[in-house]
Amino acid sequence: MNIVVLVKQVPNTTDVKIDPKTGNLIREGVASIINPEDRHGLEAGLQIREKLGGTVTVISMGPPQAMETVCECLAMGADRGILLSDRAFAGADTWATSTALGMAVRKLGEFDLILAGRQAIDGDTAQIGPQVAEFLRIAQLTYVRRLDAQEGKVIAERALEDGCEHIEAPTPVLVTVLGALNKPRHPTVEGILAATSERSPVEVWNAADIGVKVQDVGLAGSLTHVVRTFTPKGARDTRRLEGSATVIAAELLEALRQKEIRLGE
Amino acid sequence: MGAIVIDLEKCNGCTMCSRACPYQAIEMADKKARWIEDRCTLCGACLESCKFDALFGEMPVPEVPDFSDRRGVWVFVEQHDGEFHRSAFELLGCARGLADELGQEVVAAVLGNDLKEKASRLIHHGADRCILVDDPSLAYYQTCTHTHALSELVKQHRPNILLIAATHLGRDMAPRLARRLGLGLTADCTRLTIDPDERILLQTRPAFGGNIMATIVSRFSRPQTATVRPGIMTPLPADSSRTGEVSVAQVDMAACREFTRVLECVLPEEKGVDLASAKIIVAGGRPVCSDRGVSVLREFADAVGGEMACTRVVVEEGFLPATRQVGQTGQSVRPAVYFACGISGAVQHKAGMDGSRYVVAINKDPDAPIFEIADFAIVGDLFEILPALTRAMRER
Ligand SMILES: Cc1cc2nc3c(=O)[nH]c(=O)nc-3n(C[C@H](O)[C@H](O)[C@H](O)COP(=O)(O)OP(=O)(O)OC[C@H]3O[C@@H](n4cnc5c(N)ncnc54)[C@H](O)[C@@H]3O)c2cc1C
Ligand SMILES: Cc1cc2nc3c(=O)[nH]c(=O)nc-3n(C[C@H](O)[C@H](O)[C@H](O)COP(=O)(O)OP(=O)(O)OC[C@H]3O[C@@H](n4cnc5c(N)ncnc54)[C@H](O)[C@@H]3O)c2cc1C
Repeated sequence: MNIVVLVKQVPNTTDVKIDPKTGNLIREGVASIINPEDRHGLEAGLQIREKLGGTVTVISMGPPQAMETVCECLAMGADRGILLSDRAFAGADTWATSTALGMAVRKLGEFDLILAGRQAIDGDTAQIGPQVAEFLRIAQLTYVRRLDAQEGKVIAERALEDGCEHIEAPTPVLVTVLGALNKPRHPTVEGILAATSERSPVEVWNAADIGVKVQDVGLAGSLTHVVRTFTPKGARDTRRLEGSATVIAAELLEALRQKEIRLGE
Repeated sequence: MGAIVIDLEKCNGCTMCSRACPYQAIEMADKKARWIEDRCTLCGACLESCKFDALFGEMPVPEVPDFSDRRGVWVFVEQHDGEFHRSAFELLGCARGLADELGQEVVAAVLGNDLKEKASRLIHHGADRCILVDDPSLAYYQTCTHTHALSELVKQHRPNILLIAATHLGRDMAPRLARRLGLGLTADCTRLTIDPDERILLQTRPAFGGNIMATIVSRFSRPQTATVRPGIMTPLPADSSRTGEVSVAQVDMAACREFTRVLECVLPEEKGVDLASAKIIVAGGRPVCSDRGVSVLREFADAVGGEMACTRVVVEEGFLPATRQVGQTGQSVRPAVYFACGISGAVQHKAGMDGSRYVVAINKDPDAPIFEIADFAIVGDLFEILPALTRAMRER
């Protein structure tokens, strides 16, 4: 099977803050990681390759620094890495991102399976998987937590809000995965050496390489625009309740009663 | 499309443009610049580099199209087994406010089989009109079938705004639809308003795991499309005196190719946890990860008539099912009171509960971040406080 895995480099969410003066994200000193679910996507790809043979190609769109992510994927066992990097790609919404990723997949040629994370922890939209699938006009399976690939088709378990669904799709198909799918392997030392060596199978593609115009990608090609970012207001008027457990209990129930909250009905 | 035109009379073969091009899209041939269309991205770097006015660009200029003829605030009505999902009523409530502000109508779009009889409920909850696509293939959700039906409806009626619940179903279908119709799509919105000057939809959503809020607009496409986080918008009370037209649209369903085949749908053993509409929620964190912990929590929940919920830790440790997890990767809730018992208040947890009307936090650690969003802060051991509260409730 020819497998493509989409991976995104993301800041480690819990560290991100907004500069109260400028309203911009403070990214300095924030560690970058592979989007957690994408590691599960890669692991799934590697396992399928081990079972059915074929190749695993990783594609990531990002600044030059995202090379780290591509190399980490190679060190985990991917056969080939493509970094889509160009100033023209910067500031893309999911429309423009899926255009770039879709064009890159097309340039690769034949493929049977595309794996992506369900959602990136920074943008959080969960839109890229379905949008790349639609761009390529292939089937999509989202929220997948179990996956069995065979020649010509995949069978998956999709998580629903209540319960799950077992579903089959023919290849080529795009699958977005949840962390519950598997336990990703660690990069190996030999893998790291090979990934960073001169003969490392990594390529960097720019806008011309994937055949897009500047106006169709990045900020210029986006259909949505962020007009404002801010930190959610958290502050509430906190009332502290003190004393013995019995006193606190009585005070709290009385306070809630005054706020017309009806408990125990 | 756009092009770079080279005036060969003026070109003196200085190679500046060729060197300025980041894409190797200008070569030198016979001491003149030559444009290679395939590699050109129309970035314009060459135009700036030429000192001899030998290069001209015919560049596409992005223009904001005139959408003043687009009318209607549409709600995609999610249904399961022929029952409307509660999110549909929340979206209708939200759409009503937006439509009134714009002076436009609210349209409920229903995809399903034999649902015409039930459509009046949507009118009672705020829709002016209901449009159905009625086909057996729409009884159970499948991505391409639903995407096809809804995109055909949108093409026929050209609405101004389209709201879709950010449920698993909505988040599976909406991006596919947006890509097909060339729409900007804002994910998982928690607030929607109309910009007073531009009259466009301001779509506010959390990103970075709830650390940041972003307000997003779609100026370049219609309908302005957003998925909306369930459990946030407030439904209108049913008004059975409201009337409106219910019509069935003709969509050629045979024109759609469905790739997937659903083999089986498995519902969980524990049914009926509906955290999103619970009025009282008693939630536990790591310290309730024991049989004793869960029973202390359950007794208090029973005493106040609340639903039990928890953090991801409790689910991972196997003490409560995933259906009871609140947060970024769990449920979003907005009860009248949220009791956070032994919960530190990680952003991913807060993302799911900070819309609660009142938050009561019980935590041993006076510096726990949960206290920052608490209305009532109790610094103490939940194994003392909760039983005392349960006793006080029973004594009333
Ligand atoms: C605060 C903020 C809010 C935003 N809100 C929106 C919005 O509402 N609508 C919108 O259209 N855009 C939005 N964007 C832009 C959006 O984040 C980017 O388009 C981003 O490139 C892709 O979206 P995502 O991170 O949400 O990816 P998701 O769709 O959540 O990612 C799912 C999977 O797609 C793959 N993937 C995603 N990005 C890449 C990549 N660059 N390279 C390789 N694989 C990738 C990965 O496998 C990932 O796990 C927002 C950006 C910010 C900063
Ligand atoms: C991508 C991502 C998504 C996530 N999604 C979610 C999500 O949807 N929902 C979610 O909840 N988490 C989520 N998490 C996990 C989240 O980051 C936190 O790890 C988690 O919420 C912490 O749970 P907790 O508060 O139960 O545990 P802890 O952080 O360990 O806190 C336990 C608290 O209990 C207090 N305590 C201990 N003993 C007692 C006692 N006897 N009496 C009173 N107080 C006591 C402690 O002081 C402490 O504050 C996510 C994380 C990531 C990275």
